[in-house]
Amino acid sequence: MSQSAVQPTPASPTPEGGHLLEVRDLHVEFRTGEGVAKVINGVSYHLDAGETLAVLGESGSGKSVTAQAIMGILDTPPAVIRSGQIRYQGRDLLTQSEEQRRQVRGTEIAMIFQDALSALNPTFPVGWQISETLRQRAGMSRGNARQRAIELMELVKIPAAANRLGDYPHQFSGGMRQRVMIAMALALNPKVLIADEPTTALDVTVQAQIMDLLADLRRDLRMAMILITHDLGVVAGVADRIAVMYAGRIVEHADVRSLYKSPAHPYTKGLLESIPRLDFHGQHLSTIRGLPPNLMRIPSGCPFHPRCPYVQQVCVDVVPHDLVLGDGRTSACHFAQEVRDDRAR
Amino acid sequence: MTAPASPPKKVRGEPILAVRDLVKHFPITQGVVFQRQIGAVRAVDGVSFDLRRGETLGIVGESGCGKSTLARLLMRLEMPTSGAATLEGRDLFAARGGELRRLRRNMQMVLQDPYTSLNPRMTVGDIIGEPFEIHPEAAPKGSRQRRVQELLDMVGLSPEHLNRYPHQFSGGQRQRIGIARALALRPEVIVCDEPVSALDVSIQAQVINLLEQLQDELGLSYIFIAHDLSVVRHICDRVAVMYLGRIVELGTEEEIYQRATHPYTQALLSAVPVPDPELRDNQNMIRLIGDVPSPANPPSGCRFRTRCWKAQDVCATQDPDTVPRAADPHPSACHFAELRAPASPS
Amino acid sequence: MSDFETVAASEDPNARRGPSGEPNAPNQVGGTSVTPGRPRSLAGDAWRDLRRKPIFWISSALVLVVTAMAAVPALFTAADPADCVLSRQHAGPSGGAIFGYDFQGCDTYARAVYGARASLLVGALSALLTGLIALTVGMLAGYFGRWIDAVLSRVIDIVLGIPLLLAAIVLLKRVASDSATVRIAAVIFVLAVLGWTTTARVVRSSVITAKEQDYVAAARMLGASNSRIMWRHILPNTLAPAIVVLTIALGSFIAAEATLSFLGIGLKEPTISWGIDINSGRVHMRESATPLIVPSTFLALTVLAFIMLGDAIRDAFDPKLR
Repeated sequence: MSQSAVQPTPASPTPEGGHLLEVRDLHVEFRTGEGVAKVINGVSYHLDAGETLAVLGESGSGKSVTAQAIMGILDTPPAVIRSGQIRYQGRDLLTQSEEQRRQVRGTEIAMIFQDALSALNPTFPVGWQISETLRQRAGMSRGNARQRAIELMELVKIPAAANRLGDYPHQFSGGMRQRVMIAMALALNPKVLIADEPTTALDVTVQAQIMDLLADLRRDLRMAMILITHDLGVVAGVADRIAVMYAGRIVEHADVRSLYKSPAHPYTKGLLESIPRLDFHGQHLSTIRGLPPNLMRIPSGCPFHPRCPYVQQVCVDVVPHDLVLGDGRTSACHFAQEVRDDRAR
Repeated sequence: MTAPASPPKKVRGEPILAVRDLVKHFPITQGVVFQRQIGAVRAVDGVSFDLRRGETLGIVGESGCGKSTLARLLMRLEMPTSGAATLEGRDLFAARGGELRRLRRNMQMVLQDPYTSLNPRMTVGDIIGEPFEIHPEAAPKGSRQRRVQELLDMVGLSPEHLNRYPHQFSGGQRQRIGIARALALRPEVIVCDEPVSALDVSIQAQVINLLEQLQDELGLSYIFIAHDLSVVRHICDRVAVMYLGRIVELGTEEEIYQRATHPYTQALLSAVPVPDPELRDNQNMIRLIGDVPSPANPPSGCRFRTRCWKAQDVCATQDPDTVPRAADPHPSACHFAELRAPASPS
Repeated sequence: MSDFETVAASEDPNARRGPSGEPNAPNQVGGTSVTPGRPRSLAGDAWRDLRRKPIFWISSALVLVVTAMAAVPALFTAADPADCVLSRQHAGPSGGAIFGYDFQGCDTYARAVYGARASLLVGALSALLTGLIALTVGMLAGYFGRWIDAVLSRVIDIVLGIPLLLAAIVLLKRVASDSATVRIAAVIFVLAVLGWTTTARVVRSSVITAKEQDYVAAARMLGASNSRIMWRHILPNTLAPAIVVLTIALGSFIAAEATLSFLGIGLKEPTISWGIDINSGRVHMRESATPLIVPSTFLALTVLAFIMLGDAIRDAFDPKLR
C-alpha cells in the first residue's frame, strides 16, 4: 500500500526542472462513505514543449483524475491530494493559491472533454461563450473579442464561422461542438492542451477529422498535448510517448513505436493482443483474465498480479519499482525484460 | 402445441431471416393538440438482406444511419412503415398474439448498455428466469431453477450470483447477464446491438469470445450491429454497411474489408485508427468533409453524394441500387463503384 | 442516468468522475469466482446513506413517538382527556397535567396526546387513498401515453387548479352528519380527492422515465404483457419517488385536517383533534396561552417530522445527490 511512497522516480534522466510540465509521485484518494479509494498511487510523468504524451488506460485507471489534478478541477471533497508535486515551468502548482491557479488555467494549460454538449452552456450562443472568456480573462473589448472569436472558430475549421456565432450548442453536430470546445480552450493561447477522450463520443469519420485538427493545431501553435484515451488506435496515430496507467499507477512508459513493437508490461501486452484488428480477420481473441481491481482493495504487491500470465510469488509480495529499460523506457514489472523480449506476436 | 410433428430441417447456410424493402419513417409533427405532420425522419429507408443460419451478419454505420432502428423493427418494438420480414418463413410483422410469442422465442436481442438493460430492482435470478415466466411452456416449473443455473454457467457466471442485484456487477458481467437472458428461450437468431461498445477494452475481448463460443455451441445466427469496424471484422462472416437508412454495400467480410467498391465504405475503413504507429504515415486516409446529412431531409439521388469525392451529376438525379457491380461481384450502391488501390502491402 | 448506475459508481469514485466506461463492481474478482460480500440492494445503499443523517433519526423518532401516541395514548398520559371539570378552568400545572388545564377544565397535555390519533388517522388514510389514485392515474397516463395521457393530464391540471381549502369547505359543508366516523371519512375522502395531483405527476414522470429504459424494451422483446411490464418492471421503479412524495403529503394532510377542524368544518367535538383544540385555545388566548401553544407545537412537530423524513428518504434514494 504505502510502500509505493518510497518508490524513487528515476523515470527520465532529463535534468531537474527541464520539463514544461511534470507530475511527481502524485497520490490522490477519494474519501466516501464507503471507504477510501486510492485512485492515484504515485504517478509521475512529464511533458516537454511541443510534444504529445498519450496517457492510456481503462476506466478507473486514474488517467482522468491525474489530468483533473493538473487542472485543479478535482472536487475536494471527496478527492484528497495526499502528496506529490505538479510542476509547471518549475513552479509547484499544488502549493499555489486558488487565485494563482486560476491564472494558469486556460492561459497556460487548457483542457477539452469527451462530452462537448455538457461542457458548453446550453443557454448562451457559442460566439458569446468564446468571447466572454476573452473579455473576462484577456480584457478584450466587445468588438475585439467578437473578432477573435470568429478567428478562433475559423482556426478550428468551423465553416461560415461568422454566421454561426449566434448559434446555440445544440444547433451544432457532435463534431462541430467538439470544435467549438477546442476553440474555447485555445482562446487564451495555452502552452499545454489536455484532451480527455476528445473523440470517444464521435463516429470514426468525424473522429479522424478531430484528431487531424488537434495534430495540426498542436504543430501550428507549438503546443504540448496530453491525450487521455483508452483507444490504442488513436494513440498510435498521434502520440510521441505513451504512459500506460493501471490501478492509479503508470505501469509502462515508452516512446510510441517501441511500446507497440515490444510492450514491456504484461498489461500493455495483454491490451495490445486483446483488440481485434481491422487489417486481419482473427480467430480467437486473447484476453486479459478477470476484472480491473476495486480501488478500495488494491491487490498487494503488483496490482496487476491477479490478472497477469507472468505472475510469480514475488509479484504478490513486492510492489515492483519502475525498471529502466533504456531509451527512457520504464516498466513497473518485475519481469519487464522477459516480457519485452517475449515476442508472442 | 409448440413442437411441430416433424421439425423443419435446419440446414446451415440457408436463409433463416429474410428482410425485404424495410422502411421506417418517424413522423415529425407540429402542434400539441391538433398535430399535423410536417415531415418524416427516414430512419430506415428500404433495407433488404438475408441472414443465413449459423452466420454472423454485421451491420455497420455511423450514428443516425438507422442500424438501431432496424434492430428495433426486427424485434417488433416498432412497426415498419412498409416492407416485410420473414423468420423461418413466417411473417414477422403480421404475427399477433400466440404467433408473435412463438416468433419471439426464436429471436432475441442483446442490448448495448449493460447499465440500463437490467432492471435494478430484480435479482439476477429473476432477470434470467423472467423469460420462463413469460413463456411457461419453455421450461416446466420444476426445471426452471436448473435452467437458470445452466444459463449462468454458460455465460461464465457462478451460481452464487443468483441472488445479487445488477448494480453489484461490472459492465462486462452485466453484459453476460443480458446474454443469458437472451439465450434463455433457446432462440436461433440473436440481434446484438453494440454489445461491447460500452465495455472497457480488456473486457470487450472476453465478451466477444463468449459470443463466438456460444455461436459454435448452440448454432446461433447473429445480427451484429456495431460502429467498431475492427470488432465487426473479427466476428462477422458477412457485413452490411449502412448510410442514412440504406444498405450501401453488402458482402462477405473479405469483400467489404479487402475489396470494398463503395466510396463510403472505403472512407469509413480508412478512417479507423490502426493500433500500429509504424503505419502512421502511410495510412492513405480518405478524409470525408462535413457531417452526415439529416435523415429528415436526405440528399436526392445517392445519399452519400454530398460528401463523396466521385460525385457527378448523375448521382444527384439517379438513386443507385444496391446491386453487384462490375468492379467486384457483390452488391454496392454506387454508380462509380471501383476497387481502391491498396493502401500498403500487408 | 439511472439510479443503480450511480450506486455502483459510488463504490469507485473514479468511475463517477471519469468520462466514460464502467464502474467496477466491488465484490467481484473474476468472471467466475466471487469473494463473499454482503448482498446489497438499492434500498441497502439508501439505508446506509440514511443511517448517517441526524435529520433522519430525529424525524423518525418523532414519527415513531406520534404513532405510538395515536396507537396507545394511555402510555403517555394517565389522565382522561374527556374528564373536564369547569372548576379547573385555566388552572396551572398540577399532578399529571404538566401543561395545566384549558377553558373547559380539561387536561391540556392529555388532549394533545389523544388528538394524535385523529390527526394521524386522517393523514395516513388520506395519503394511502391519494397513493392509490395517483399510482393508477400516473401509471395509466405515463405508460399508455397518447390520448389517455392527454386526457388524464388535463384532469390533473384541473384538479390542481382547485384551491384545496376552498373546495374542502364547499364539500364538507354538505356533510350534515355529526358522527365522528362519518366526519373522519369525509375529511379523508375530500383531502385525497383534492390532493392526489402532485403525486400523480411524480408517478407519471417516473413511469415515463422507466418506460424508456432498456430493461423494459428487453421485457417487451421477451413478449411480456403490458400488465406484467407495469407490475414487474415499472411499478417497483416508481414506488420510491411516490412514497417520498406521499410522506411529505401526509404531513400536509395532517396540517389540512387541523385547518379544517379549526374552521369548524372538519372534525367536530367530541372527537379530539389538534385543530379543534387550537381553535378553542385561540378564543381564550388572552387568559391562558398554553391550551393554544401545546396542540400547535404537537401539530407543527408532527407535520415537520413527516416532511423532513420524506426529504431525507428522497435524498437517500436520489443518486444525483450522492
